[in-house]
Amino acid sequence: MDAVPARARVYVTAVALAALLCLRPLPSVHAPWWAVLLLAALYAGSELVARSRLVGTCYPVLLAGAFLLPPPAAALVALPGALLSPVPRRPFGLRRVWRAAQLTLAVWAAAWVHGRLDGPDAVGEPAFPYALVPAGAGVLSFCLVLAVLDGGILALADHVPPSRAWRGLLPRSLAPIAVHGLAGLMMAVLWRSPYGPVAALLVLLPMCVAWWAFAQYHRERAAHQATIRALVQAVDIKDGYTRGHSERVGQASMMIARELGMDDERVETLRFAGILHDVGKLGVPTRLLRKDGPLTPEERRVIELHPEYGHEMVRGIRFLGEARAAVLHHHERLDGSGYPYGLAGDRIPESARVVAVADAFDAMTSTRSYSRARPVAAALEELQRCAGGQFDPRMVRALVHALGRHGWRPAVTADGPPGLPAERAPGLAEGARNGVGRGAP
Amino acid sequence: MTAPRPPAQSPPSAAVLLVPGCAGVLALGCLASVLASGSVQRPVALAFGSLVVLGELTRRPGAEAREAAPLGAAGALAYALLQDVAGQPAHHGVTQTVTVVLAASLLGSVPYVARGSGPVLDHLARRVLAVGFAAVCFRPLSNQGAFDDWSGPAAALLLVALLALTTLCDAVLAAAPAHARTGWPFGPLLREELRGMVGITSAVCATGAVMALAVSVAGLWALPVFCVPLLLAQLSYRRYAAVRATYRQTIASLARATEIAGYTPAGHARRVASLGVAVGRDLGLSGAELTVLEYAALMHDIGQLSLVDPVPAGATAELPVTEQRRIALLGGAVVRQTGVDAAVAVVVERQADPCREQPVAARIVRVVNAYEEKARDAGPGGALAALEELRLAAAGDYAPEVVEALARVLARSSLSEPAAG
Repeated sequence: MDAVPARARVYVTAVALAALLCLRPLPSVHAPWWAVLLLAALYAGSELVARSRLVGTCYPVLLAGAFLLPPPAAALVALPGALLSPVPRRPFGLRRVWRAAQLTLAVWAAAWVHGRLDGPDAVGEPAFPYALVPAGAGVLSFCLVLAVLDGGILALADHVPPSRAWRGLLPRSLAPIAVHGLAGLMMAVLWRSPYGPVAALLVLLPMCVAWWAFAQYHRERAAHQATIRALVQAVDIKDGYTRGHSERVGQASMMIARELGMDDERVETLRFAGILHDVGKLGVPTRLLRKDGPLTPEERRVIELHPEYGHEMVRGIRFLGEARAAVLHHHERLDGSGYPYGLAGDRIPESARVVAVADAFDAMTSTRSYSRARPVAAALEELQRCAGGQFDPRMVRALVHALGRHGWRPAVTADGPPGLPAERAPGLAEGARNGVGRGAP
Repeated sequence: MTAPRPPAQSPPSAAVLLVPGCAGVLALGCLASVLASGSVQRPVALAFGSLVVLGELTRRPGAEAREAAPLGAAGALAYALLQDVAGQPAHHGVTQTVTVVLAASLLGSVPYVARGSGPVLDHLARRVLAVGFAAVCFRPLSNQGAFDDWSGPAAALLLVALLALTTLCDAVLAAAPAHARTGWPFGPLLREELRGMVGITSAVCATGAVMALAVSVAGLWALPVFCVPLLLAQLSYRRYAAVRATYRQTIASLARATEIAGYTPAGHARRVASLGVAVGRDLGLSGAELTVLEYAALMHDIGQLSLVDPVPAGATAELPVTEQRRIALLGGAVVRQTGVDAAVAVVVERQADPCREQPVAARIVRVVNAYEEKARDAGPGGALAALEELRLAAAGDYAPEVVEALARVLARSSLSEPAAG
């Protein structure tokens, strides 16, 4: 929404007008106004906290309002919080109006459906399990309204084609909002009970803890990703490769794995295998790695220790799974003449065979100190020539197919070099959009 | 000044056996009483018992005790604090409460034990004692109708206050055996327990209170409906714990880069980290401070990766001060770029500064690193010689209070011999 098209402005205005229409009967509504005030203040407060901690919207309060109050009063609960809470990007005013209007309509719809099905009586009595029916219907209509409106703004402001704008919006939001709906129902039941709002507030505590843990999870995950990237960049810099070699090998390994029909988890593991395959080079003296001219047999032996060094480093990282075997064996050759163990054929772990092909491919297609980059087609030809002897033909075929279908667009950006503390200290990558360190097994 | 001596292997002290012992006595007593006098309101007992079983079944190995089975804990507390069920007064007593919770917890633990996932005795003992405490405080008074005249909100607040008391009791029960076992100071241990309880335990207590109240309003139907938010919290917590564990492993791997590159002896970083954390605990650090200390200790030598030539045997403590400081600054710069908490980078950076200007964690890293380097090749008696050397070193290099804490830690554990790689 950086440059907002006129039609999107019209759309937002129309939705806002509809929201105002929902609020119009307010003066004639009989509602417990202190409850409206309390819920609205609660929502606004939680929204201020939630936005600053990067967690989601506090739906339980809104839904509790929808289950407790007549539709216009329930819709009013959402208004102050949505209008007051900070928005991340321009245009601020329009975004605030949009969020307020959208939530107002959604809460109104939930409250209306809930009321139609005798929800308020079921909550007040409380009549379980029947109370779950109006509450479920209310949550469903809440999600439905949000999804329909969201799709509209995607199509009009973000230029998503209409055929894709609405796809997946409802199923994605349904499960989390259903949990919020149960918490909202719980709040509403306790609110109407003799125990009153004090007990209802207790319901929010577990939700808050869940949000807090979720935010911590994201923070820790981001830190983990940055650390892994730094580790990898340290190798690239030490080795004098072009920046991003490891990330690109990760990407090529991922393409091969996907082409072979592996499940998502294995694909991700193989991406890590590619990213970390040379991590053992941290243990090899830089002088050898960067040496111009031929290596002596002694020097070659030292460099050929790097798979074992790498395995020694990563073997303690449990979530890497079979990627650890790939780090150890990515220099084995199919005919058994590779290192460190001289394994042949199927004795070489599958992950290592994938990474070997990806590694060779990127080495050929990127510029090194000793050779210019070759075109992709020439590199693939060379790989096919070596298939059977050095590489697993199945992996080579998979890479050829995957590249034929998706092309080779390495997604590594190299924004200027980071300030290095010394001549060859680790740097930090900016690339790799997501998922380095998806961590949790 | 007396040199510290490793203590003779002390027999398991009484405090270690106190918690399971008390729990066992309480459980047996309650069981006998229920067997003798029979049970009341069986459907209610069955419903809460099933909830506890379910909570135990969702338990995962490896989780810390307080977040192991939050649903089970919440269900057990709710049963202890139940006033009535959909208007009908609940009149189960303390003995029945404890028996139901014990039986359900045992039943739920069967698959866990059968898988060989780990011991459950400690967990069970704490559960029984906590529930026993809450029930003793609440049940007799409630069954006599002492709270019948209380207004609704006051009753809700009473439950919250009781749960807070129970939590405090539980924290003491957790900290006391740890204190007896390890000799770490009791205050910081208790503080750490309580701090750890802010998260999931507060959710457990809130859910327990809400369940007790909701069952009295809406009947037993409230149980399945109202355990969902807690399950969500449990899920979030587990993902958080998993990514934390992974992160720790990655940091440890990064730390080993210097060892594999031949800059430092194998296992040095790990030993400095574990000894450093023990010293930090002795000095009263806790929670986040200990994590920063651990990460900084793991990565304290990482600056050596930037050196052209390795320091002989990685012994940085023998280098001139300016050189030590240069390596420290290089290391800090590397850590800063790895995206690890900036506090870790500060500790790594300042590890060679004069101790008066250092943060506590940096003082600890400096002392423990020097001790580890001096003691590791010295053979038997080397540990004591290294400590003496640190004590006598130029004033201002090694913080005396940290050296003394190190001496205490070494005296307590048998760490005075550096553990083999």
